[in-house]
Amino acid sequence: MSDTPKFKVTIDNITVEVPAGTTILNAARLIGGDVTPPAMCYYSKLENSGGKCRTCLVEVSKGSEKDPRPMPKLVASCRTTVMDGMEVKNITSERVIDARKGVVEFLLINHPLDCPVCDQAGECDLQDLSYEHGSEQSRLDFPKRTFEPEDIGPNIQLHMNRCIMCYRCVFTAEQLTQRREHGVLERGWDSQISTYLNKALDNEFIGNIIDVCPVGALTDKTFRFKQRVWFTKPMDAHRDCPTCSGKVRLWFRGEEVFRVTGRKDKWGEVEEFICNTCRFDKKRASDWVIEGPTKVNRHSVISQNHYRGAVEAQKDLIREIIGKEPKMLLDIHTISDVNRPEIHLSEIHGPSHSNDFLPNQQLEGQRKLEVGKK
Amino acid sequence: MKLLLENAHIEGIRNYDIYRKYGGYRAVEKALKLTPDEVVEEVKKSGLRGRGGAGFPTGMKWSFLAKPEGVPRHLVCNADESEPGTFKDRYLMEFLPHLLIEGLIVSSYALGSNLTFIYIRGEYAWIVDILEQAIAEAKSKGWLGKNILGTGFDCEIFVQRGAGAYICGEETALIESLEGKRGNPRIKPPFPAVQGLWMRPTVVNNVETIAAVVPIINLSGEEYAKIGVGRSTGTKLISACGNINKPGIYEITMTESVEEFIYSDEYCGGIPKGKRLKACIPGGSSVPIVPANLLFKTAKGETRYMNYESLSDGGFATGTMMGSGGFIVFDEDQCIVRHTWTLARFYAHESCGQCSPCREGTGWMYRILKNLEHGKGKMSDIDLLWDVQRKIEGNTICPLGDAAAWPVAAAIRHFRDEFEWHITHADEAQKRNFGLAHYADPRPVSAS
Ligand SMILES: Cc1cc2nc3c(=O)[nH]c(=O)nc-3n(C[C@H](O)[C@H](O)[C@H](O)COP(=O)(O)O)c2cc1C
Ligand code: SF4
Ligand code: SF4
Ligand code: FES
Repeated sequence: MSDTPKFKVTIDNITVEVPAGTTILNAARLIGGDVTPPAMCYYSKLENSGGKCRTCLVEVSKGSEKDPRPMPKLVASCRTTVMDGMEVKNITSERVIDARKGVVEFLLINHPLDCPVCDQAGECDLQDLSYEHGSEQSRLDFPKRTFEPEDIGPNIQLHMNRCIMCYRCVFTAEQLTQRREHGVLERGWDSQISTYLNKALDNEFIGNIIDVCPVGALTDKTFRFKQRVWFTKPMDAHRDCPTCSGKVRLWFRGEEVFRVTGRKDKWGEVEEFICNTCRFDKKRASDWVIEGPTKVNRHSVISQNHYRGAVEAQKDLIREIIGKEPKMLLDIHTISDVNRPEIHLSEIHGPSHSNDFLPNQQLEGQRKLEVGKK
Repeated sequence: MKLLLENAHIEGIRNYDIYRKYGGYRAVEKALKLTPDEVVEEVKKSGLRGRGGAGFPTGMKWSFLAKPEGVPRHLVCNADESEPGTFKDRYLMEFLPHLLIEGLIVSSYALGSNLTFIYIRGEYAWIVDILEQAIAEAKSKGWLGKNILGTGFDCEIFVQRGAGAYICGEETALIESLEGKRGNPRIKPPFPAVQGLWMRPTVVNNVETIAAVVPIINLSGEEYAKIGVGRSTGTKLISACGNINKPGIYEITMTESVEEFIYSDEYCGGIPKGKRLKACIPGGSSVPIVPANLLFKTAKGETRYMNYESLSDGGFATGTMMGSGGFIVFDEDQCIVRHTWTLARFYAHESCGQCSPCREGTGWMYRILKNLEHGKGKMSDIDLLWDVQRKIEGNTICPLGDAAAWPVAAAIRHFRDEFEWHITHADEAQKRNFGLAHYADPRPVSAS
């Protein structure tokens, strides 16, 4: 595509040249670092994705060389294409920071904050996002909306309580599997992802909805609760697969493969979609040709790989690694030893707290204290 | 002066023969002698602005329609009318169905749409029959179908019923719904004028906008533009409701003052039982509520008139919007907190749920307001509410987010003390289900 004109765009005072038709978000990803807006719903491999979560909002302070007027509203960088001479403000705009904080709060008000028992903890985009942009405390003091967990197919479980309605799984089901059994029911606050009437999704590629899900709403039942992500070690591997590329990531603890996923790039997107057989059925190291340990350069908890065996409070460590106070969701680290699926987090009103996961006797005491207060 | 409702009271006007006898379909005869571009030009000259709420100049919208070679174009009539307080389109379609059909034929000709749709609110079930009968009559008389009036122009009109979602009135959600999908608004661009229905160039217009094309062609754009004032040309239908003596549909020339509109016998006929005026929402539930003291006079002390410019004078700080013309009047007994809660419930219920600020924010505002109304609020809730609406506004995919935020913002802006009163006097607020009545009604009590 050598004949596509190149456009110059300046994001947070850094200028790049990109082909016409590139979105602001993708231009920012070329620059990388803090200049790149967070994206919770956009997925470059899925057509029509993006525009929904609004975490990637940016300010366009100059429309283009030809029409330098600023855009009145913040725009979704994942769905707005650059113009020549465009100037964009991301972290240099107070409006953006303020709006993003709002969006993060909106995404969290109904989120169970049950990271301690969530399989996604440690590799959750929402966890990272709230760490970077969220506030210390939720201001919602109403019961959160709740749904019953639902099995969709033999290998996947949907935990609708945690869903952020990014629609990535809907697009995956639609675009990868050519079947549309899985979509959105209801509207607004009550909208939910569902396979209509509990129809199981049994397509060869449906497992990919687990990988695209930015949160712990869609999880691998063959892995659920077996291991915390940060205790496992990712290795790149491949096999000769008749259905897909066979290029995967294996998650080891010791010699054992606990999970197989697609290989995610630094933006958290899988490089290639993999088939269900590779994902769910090939769980022996001998099924695979191991290429070597995965190089993770994402700013996430697993990437640090310091957590092997970590049991007690590690706040200092976190502060050291990430350079900030851990916020709300990162509380998992003080309690990572208490996998307590019997606590129904959605029933905890208001933001959940590590106290909610204390061992039983302590918890009893805690409750008494609270009752006493009233 | 009446342009749209002139013949509304003639018995049998719903039927083709009577409609034709009173000059119906003259506009089609006249327009089809012009070129499509000439018709667009007339509409441009008329200064007609979209009657669906946003007030965007119709001629300009039409001229933006992309015309790629070999790709069909479509006109879609937005008859989804679901905004609380707005019921003018229903009246037009119910009593003057042929006026809409006539307008659609002319507009379809101007835009080159051979396949035109009316997307109608699902609850208007009986009107579907009325429209379909009118379409059948028009077709049997040669105004629709193939080679209309020998010009070589073909046109068919179909009526599609919605399934009960307010959001399907938003033009891109409407298009999705018309395509048989879930009515989620699309992310723009691309705009419908480039990629609309089935990714073809599409114009979506309100029922009243389309109907107004008939008098524009009959009178000429220039003559039509002489009616009204400034950039508010022609006539506008207002659906008036709330605490007034004569609720109903009124056609105005936008030169009437708000005071005249509420108190004269020609229009709303004043407020019943000699009650005093407290506030008004002049343009459908989405536009900001204005307290009585800012309603008749702008903040500058000038008379406020029933037109686009005057109603929005002062911006959102002291003004409001013409919107879709749903005029809701509140007397001194009405509780603003309760009312705001009702609206918040509506928007929370109608949010499509696609984008996070609207999905979560509308539900959150509704819950806070419910608490406030039921005496369970805290002082900090008012600021929280303000903050939530501020974080929704402007940050969403479609304007429903704004529409949900504005009424809350305006209520707090103008009636903050009433919110506070609900917190400090929770019990009293429970017992008498209305708020304070100290908003200066500029008229003496005896006048009404
Ligand atoms: C949530 C929402 C609901 C809407 N509902 C309607 C409606 O019921 N009828 C209508 O004509 N326009 C409605 N609109 C406005 C349409 O999107 C569109 O602007 C209008 O149909 C354009 O027609 P006009 O230019 O003739 O006004 C709605 C907009 C939004 C955001
Ligand atoms: S289940 Fe996951 S992927 Fe699907 S919409 Fe919800 S958050 Fe997105
Ligand atoms: S603003 Fe509300 S109604 Fe509009 S797209 Fe977003 S969620 Fe849907
Ligand atoms: S990533 Fe752009 S709106 Fe979600």
